[in-house]
Amino acid sequence: MSSITADELEPFIEETAVEHRRGFRHRWYRTPSFVAGVVILGIVVLAALAAPLITKYNPTSQDLLSTLQGPSARHWLGTDDLGRDVWSRLVYGARTDLRVAFLAVVLPFIIGTVLGLLAGYYGGLTDTFASFFVNIVVAFPFYVLIIALVFALGSGTRNIYIAITIVGWVSYTRIIRGEVLVAKRRDYVLAAKSGGLSDFRILFRHLLPNVITQAVIFACSDIVLDILAIVTLGYLGLGVQPPTPDWGNMIASGQTYLTTHWQLSTFPGIAVVFTALGLSLLADGLADLLRPE
Amino acid sequence: MTLGEYVGRRLLQMIPVILGVTVLVFFMIHLVPGDPARTILGNQATPARVALVRHAWGLDRPLYVQYWKFMGRVAHGNLGDSLFYGVSAGHLVLQRLPVTLWLIILSAIFAVCIAVPLAAVAATKADRAPDHVVRAVPLVGLGFPAFWVGIVLLLIFGLHAGRLFPVGGYGSGFFGHLHSMILPALTVALGLAPILIRSLRASLLEVLESEYVTTARSKGISEKRVMRKHALRNAIISTVSVLGVNIGYLVGGTLVIEQVFALPGIGQLMINSIFQRDFPVVQAVTLVFAVMVVLVYLLTDVAHALLDPRVRFE
Amino acid sequence: MTREPLVKVRDLRVEFQLARGTVHAVDGVSFDVEPGEAFGLVGESGSGKTVTLRALVGLLPRGAKLTGGTIEIDGVDVTAADEDTQRHLRGTTVSMIFQEPMTALNPVMRVGDQIAEEPLVRLGMSRSAARARAIELMALVGIPDPRRRAQAYPHELSGGLRQRVMIAIALSGDPKLVLCDEPTTALDVTIQDQILKLLRKLQHELDVSLVFVSHDLAVIAQTCRRLAVMYAGQVVESGAVEQVFREPRHPYTLGLLRAVPDFEVVRERLASIPGSPPDLAAPPAGCRFHPRCRFVQEDCLAIPVELERLDAGREVRCLHHDQTAADVEREPVIVDA
Repeated sequence: MSSITADELEPFIEETAVEHRRGFRHRWYRTPSFVAGVVILGIVVLAALAAPLITKYNPTSQDLLSTLQGPSARHWLGTDDLGRDVWSRLVYGARTDLRVAFLAVVLPFIIGTVLGLLAGYYGGLTDTFASFFVNIVVAFPFYVLIIALVFALGSGTRNIYIAITIVGWVSYTRIIRGEVLVAKRRDYVLAAKSGGLSDFRILFRHLLPNVITQAVIFACSDIVLDILAIVTLGYLGLGVQPPTPDWGNMIASGQTYLTTHWQLSTFPGIAVVFTALGLSLLADGLADLLRPE
Repeated sequence: MTLGEYVGRRLLQMIPVILGVTVLVFFMIHLVPGDPARTILGNQATPARVALVRHAWGLDRPLYVQYWKFMGRVAHGNLGDSLFYGVSAGHLVLQRLPVTLWLIILSAIFAVCIAVPLAAVAATKADRAPDHVVRAVPLVGLGFPAFWVGIVLLLIFGLHAGRLFPVGGYGSGFFGHLHSMILPALTVALGLAPILIRSLRASLLEVLESEYVTTARSKGISEKRVMRKHALRNAIISTVSVLGVNIGYLVGGTLVIEQVFALPGIGQLMINSIFQRDFPVVQAVTLVFAVMVVLVYLLTDVAHALLDPRVRFE
Repeated sequence: MTREPLVKVRDLRVEFQLARGTVHAVDGVSFDVEPGEAFGLVGESGSGKTVTLRALVGLLPRGAKLTGGTIEIDGVDVTAADEDTQRHLRGTTVSMIFQEPMTALNPVMRVGDQIAEEPLVRLGMSRSAARARAIELMALVGIPDPRRRAQAYPHELSGGLRQRVMIAIALSGDPKLVLCDEPTTALDVTIQDQILKLLRKLQHELDVSLVFVSHDLAVIAQTCRRLAVMYAGQVVESGAVEQVFREPRHPYTLGLLRAVPDFEVVRERLASIPGSPPDLAAPPAGCRFHPRCRFVQEDCLAIPVELERLDAGREVRCLHHDQTAADVEREPVIVDA
């Protein structure tokens, strides 16, 4: 709004801001993107958890007599080139990819947040060093560095976690550092300092709860990035190793039969998009709900 | 400060980052578990060959000597020799670089062409139906794996819909290149456009509420001219920065897309070299990608300075 | 005054729709502005004076809606006119000067181009003619070395020069009416005085009408012939500046005058008006000023107070304006030297 409107409406804006702070609990169900995100993600997570209950076939058992079948009552989404049930693989793929994606954000989140706190709070040499490393990592295109690291380390989920951690902490450090730079000038930090509290206590008891929100919101979109990265690695054959079901793998192996059996690549792709949409909506809704003033 | 001095200062600031980048690329080989030479060459390699490679890469020397030698080579433009092709990795990269540059430039142009009109429509119709539609684009769009979008586009335009575009390869001649680049560039652009739309819409909304736009409107000029001459011109500035920040994402996207469309760029070179366990080439491509991104950061800073007269004086 | 008014505002109403209710930002405002005249609108922020001004130029802030009344400018009812007609009036009939020239000027466009835009686009001048016109206008508003300054960007100029550029833009379409929204509030005191003198000079030389919005009574006294005092979206008192300042009839006007420091006479103590402006989503019943009024009586709370005509061109919205008169009688606002 222009300054004029702000001027005219100042008393009202003040009040809406207070209303915003009034809480998550009362308003989450009135934020459509948040509700939609929870529902979509809920469906995917439930399907992944209930995988043995909602599938009839083992996702890795081959049936070379019934390969490349179209959708039918027996195989809801048909079978792949090795006669494996596509629906089973899709559901078990959710297990793999969701687990890896969720676990992959944990370390970057923790490391990035702590570094951001220290860099923002202490400034000076600490900040110079942290920023230097941030600048080096962001000089590499996201996928190039991930792929190069996975290549050097060797494929497999453990190395995916390591690669994503080496690349991913940067965003959290940037976000938290920026938030701390603003927050440390606020009264409550100055009060805590003049009260003689230890730096450790100020950092983790007073600053952290106030700056963590942005990192949490980013983590939701970061999981989307990680899912895409995992699926992309799988597509390139560098990710989760076969025969463990993984959506990226499924898309890659289906690509060979694109002209005749388009569904093989399409369904896992839709699964990725659906899951990512749920997470994006969740992030969007969270940002809406947690926006403080 | 003149533009020349500005560029000069930014180039100087780049040096430590480039050095850091080389350190990381150099250390990649030490991330390889076990004896790097043996792991990379595989189990079939004779011990003599392993020893040869180990010595050629200087893996039997202290780390700092290794890095010093590595830097000495890189400074002379020598990025090592390919284990697979037997020629210099730098040569391989240079040969394929134009394809990737083409793809990056075309993708950026496409992304801007998609994002600017959509963001403009959304911002002028804020909180009405067109805006809601455009706001949904980043939410949905960011979740699409780029390679999968490429496959779907291939399916629609390459195999069906009259086989409008080739399903792979680089074509020949300028128009052949252009023709074969359209689908891949579109794929990369579709991945980048949502990010641009989000930031451009936000900055347009801010600009459209600003007083100078009101001033422009109080001149009685057409809304179209207000948008073109005043609002977009200002909103583009922050979008250039966003484009710059996301260039890493764009460049990384081309890596995967080259694989989907069988484009002989450095991304495909990297993936192929990974499967051929051609370590020097992977290293060289990684380094070239990073230097490219750092240069693009510089370019966007310069573009920012050119677009915004306030920058040089800050 | 035999000339037909240039601006006729009748019963103007503007509302903001907020989640918590409808805000009546402008609630039945009427006034006239004659050709070549300077008219002042006075009030605190939130009184609706700026929104009234924005309605005149047809550029209401987002979320604001014109819900009633008419605005006639130069014989055209702009409230009934379509978007195109309104747009054609802007610049060439009505133009505007904003409070903060830094934010009101396009930061990435040379000031010469910003001044030349209207001659170029609206008056159909050639590029070179428009540029020459811009330099001419810059000289007119007292910018030294206009040829060189035309190449500057807004951030390269001082605040005073920026506001002169803003004035040049406002004049570039040769308008009949220039709306000034607190044009000197953001400037240093010495520069304020220069800008006000410039505006007065231009008003006489170019025979344009000015509408001046300000919370600063000194500014109004220096520039305007007549004024309307606004409170909570309504006009509470209007008349000739000289008369209203000498003999205010509304307790709010009196409060404003008593709150002015160093207003022609050094006052022993400054009086301020207690309380704050009302919430316009739920304005007080009866007289809107009653919660802050020194002279409040029981009947003030009962029914909305209408504007009462005192004598020619003098109106007040107060049931007990004799109280104010008596107070002024006891302690004059302006003491002649």
